[in-house]
Amino acid sequence: MSEENAKSEVEFVTFSAGDQSFSIEITQVREIRRWSPVTALPHAPQEVLGVMNLRGSVIPIYDLAARFGLGQTPENPRNVIVVAMHGGQTVGLLVEAVSEILSVSRDQIQETPDIRSEMARQSITGVIPIEAGMTRVIDLGAVLHQAGRTLQ
Amino acid sequence: MGNPILDTFFEETEELLESLAEGLESMQGAEFDKETVNSVFRAVHSIKGGAGAFKLNELVSFAHSFETVLDEVRSETLELTPQIMHTLIRSADHLTDLVDAARSGRSMPEDVSAGFLSALQACLGEGKIEAVDAWDNFEFAAVTLDIAPIEEPGAEAEGEAAPAGFSIAFKPHAALYANGHEPALLFAALADLGQMTTTVDLSAVPEWDDLNPTEPYLSWTIALRTDESEIAVQEVFEFVHGLCDLVISPLTDPTPPAKAEPVPEAKAAPAPAPQAAAPTAPAGPSATAEAPKAEAPTMSDRAAAAVAALKKPEKGDDAEAKAPKATLRVDLDRVDRLINAVGELIINQAMIAQRLQDMTSTRDDDLVMHIEDYRLLARDIQEGVMAIRAQPVKSLFQRMSRIVREAADATGKMAELVTSGEGTEVDKTVVERLADPLTHMIRNAVDHGLENREARAASGKPAMGTIKLSASHRSGSVIITVRDDGAGLNRPKILEIAKRKNLVAQDAELSDSEIDQLLFMPGFSTAATVSNLSGRGVGLDVVRNAVTALGGRISISTTPGQGTEFTIMLPLTLAVMDGMVVTVGGQTLVVPITSIIETIRPQPSDLHRIGTDETLLSIRGRMIPVVDVSRALGFPSPEITGSPLLLLVESEGLGECALVVDGVQDQRQVVIKSLESNFGSVPGVSAATVLGDGRIALILDPDAVAGGRSGYHMPNILSNAGRTAYANV
Repeated sequence: MSEENAKSEVEFVTFSAGDQSFSIEITQVREIRRWSPVTALPHAPQEVLGVMNLRGSVIPIYDLAARFGLGQTPENPRNVIVVAMHGGQTVGLLVEAVSEILSVSRDQIQETPDIRSEMARQSITGVIPIEAGMTRVIDLGAVLHQAGRTLQ
Repeated sequence: MGNPILDTFFEETEELLESLAEGLESMQGAEFDKETVNSVFRAVHSIKGGAGAFKLNELVSFAHSFETVLDEVRSETLELTPQIMHTLIRSADHLTDLVDAARSGRSMPEDVSAGFLSALQACLGEGKIEAVDAWDNFEFAAVTLDIAPIEEPGAEAEGEAAPAGFSIAFKPHAALYANGHEPALLFAALADLGQMTTTVDLSAVPEWDDLNPTEPYLSWTIALRTDESEIAVQEVFEFVHGLCDLVISPLTDPTPPAKAEPVPEAKAAPAPAPQAAAPTAPAGPSATAEAPKAEAPTMSDRAAAAVAALKKPEKGDDAEAKAPKATLRVDLDRVDRLINAVGELIINQAMIAQRLQDMTSTRDDDLVMHIEDYRLLARDIQEGVMAIRAQPVKSLFQRMSRIVREAADATGKMAELVTSGEGTEVDKTVVERLADPLTHMIRNAVDHGLENREARAASGKPAMGTIKLSASHRSGSVIITVRDDGAGLNRPKILEIAKRKNLVAQDAELSDSEIDQLLFMPGFSTAATVSNLSGRGVGLDVVRNAVTALGGRISISTTPGQGTEFTIMLPLTLAVMDGMVVTVGGQTLVVPITSIIETIRPQPSDLHRIGTDETLLSIRGRMIPVVDVSRALGFPSPEITGSPLLLLVESEGLGECALVVDGVQDQRQVVIKSLESNFGSVPGVSAATVLGDGRIALILDPDAVAGGRSGYHMPNILSNAGRTAYANV
């Protein structure tokens, strides 16, 4: 990482799921929507809640908390869906609440420490210290890829 | 391919080849008019011209010979014998191959072309085709005039009933030549109308050094003596409007026709037209339209004829209708984007309407009416947009006649293709994807369906076998049938082969229809000898897969001694399908109508348990497996009790089976949405759709659901292919 690159600012959207703080790069976020009922998919893994109609596109909704083994997100009308794009795919992430937009320079992002949970290590690219502890930067590709594989 | 002009040439050539095939086909019929031959000639000529511009020499030289023969046919110096007709048709096939070859930058083997060339040469007898370089002349045909005999002006004046006529001043623009028009042909057409005298004006031709070969310098004055109306004369120049200076005026010294008395008036009628008609074409009809009025008081035979001729603006319309319709080439992606947006519009409209219905307390009649209008408009737009993708199956069918010819040649049989319903429109993708399976079926029909000549003669059939290919619309589906008048299926032989190949148990007792179905099994091939045509290991199973992938079904019926018929039933479009909206395990699902045979609520006594958790339904003396859809999809489901509602569906590969559903809500058109683009394939589900309330409903894949019923698994390709088809929408 070049010096200049390290200093460049990156913006993240942070949100809470399963009482933990997660974040993804703002460039990946398309919109944030109210929760609306989804259509369940047959033989889907636990974290795939179903599919939702986003202006005509069928997008899958992932329960982020369930994805990280933090238990199913309890139904709550205040839950929101973060619609994100990854490699041409549009997906929705069910989270409890969106917290803030975080602007940090790249060198503030720390690599994920060598933790034991392989799933967490693969799906979280780094952590950013924030006032209330830290936020986990999600690798969207890894989240989707693994969920997809479970389905197969 | 980096050259957009070349691309355009090939696109246009495709159309020309189509009209060539079409023309040749109607020439085969008992009666055809000169115009048909002309159109065939024009098609070849245009291809030659275009090919010349791109230095596609192989194509040019062949087109030239082809054209020469056609020209002889056109001028009736060559009689159109069946032998020559055959040569012409095969030449058209070869021309198509040459175009394909040129398109992909290949070149055809010399000897193939040489064979066709010599066949063409043979048509002409004593080596009439000049060397290939003669085609150069055609560009300068304007100079090497070959017009009707030029009359001595004086000689005609003596004639006692010399017809009326027109003086035509004709000065082509450069664009006229650039567009491939040919004054000599125009003159020839004029000569058909009457006797004419042509004077060429060479005064504008500059000195050799200043000569610009692309500039037109010649202009003509033509005195045409004819009984035809001015409109007829204008029609000759119809295709060069705007490409030339054209002034048509009545002959200044008309010799009065002997019998018609009020000639002055009659003559006067067309008189005002020229000034108006001269510079621009559209002014013509309006100017002439006035003429009858002036004429009305003094109706005479002559005048009446003039009026009759003049007052037909419709005739002009006819001519326009005959001319190719204006078309627009549009990137398919743009159309698809539009289709998607319209699909959304429909759903959005349904949502609004539903919301409005829910607000029963404040019922606003005006609003209801507007919403209804909105609905109709949205449907209109949808139909219009869908129609953009729709294509007649004609081009597809035309290709098939070639397949029949080739297959017949290869097998030494005689066969002709009879088509009907070519105008039936189907989604473009369907037309494209149907080409291979249809080709295969046609080949099969010739190779396996038709008997050989001896057998046909023995059973008293004409030596010429007939393959009937037809298309029609039936209740929202497209039906395509391929029928031969051969011997019909040899069921004992089919069964024997299936047993030999271990496709069925050795002691299996199969019904006739079950035996017919064996043809669709992978690895089945009836040809005792592997011929060049079929029996390449690509069987009817591939055909069926292709049809299934398009959301359609294929069935077979046969009458021993009379032939076999394959029927393909396809959805009109891939973007929308008819579905039955059902409830299963609390979820709303859509089942494609095409796969549903009937819905029944059986008596509990018709259901029989087998094994630990399987159920069979006895219907009309047969036992059909019952599939609990809810359980197959992994939804919570109670035991099947009492008399559940069953959907009898036809499952490819497994025959019929009965799906258990909780209830039927509705039957409607649904817009197919891909699940794969954002998620991936889901077992048992082919796609999704959006319902009126904005919620998503999954579209059931009955094959996959039925296949997952027991340990037996469908060959994966089937259900996957089905999904791919949807995903591409």
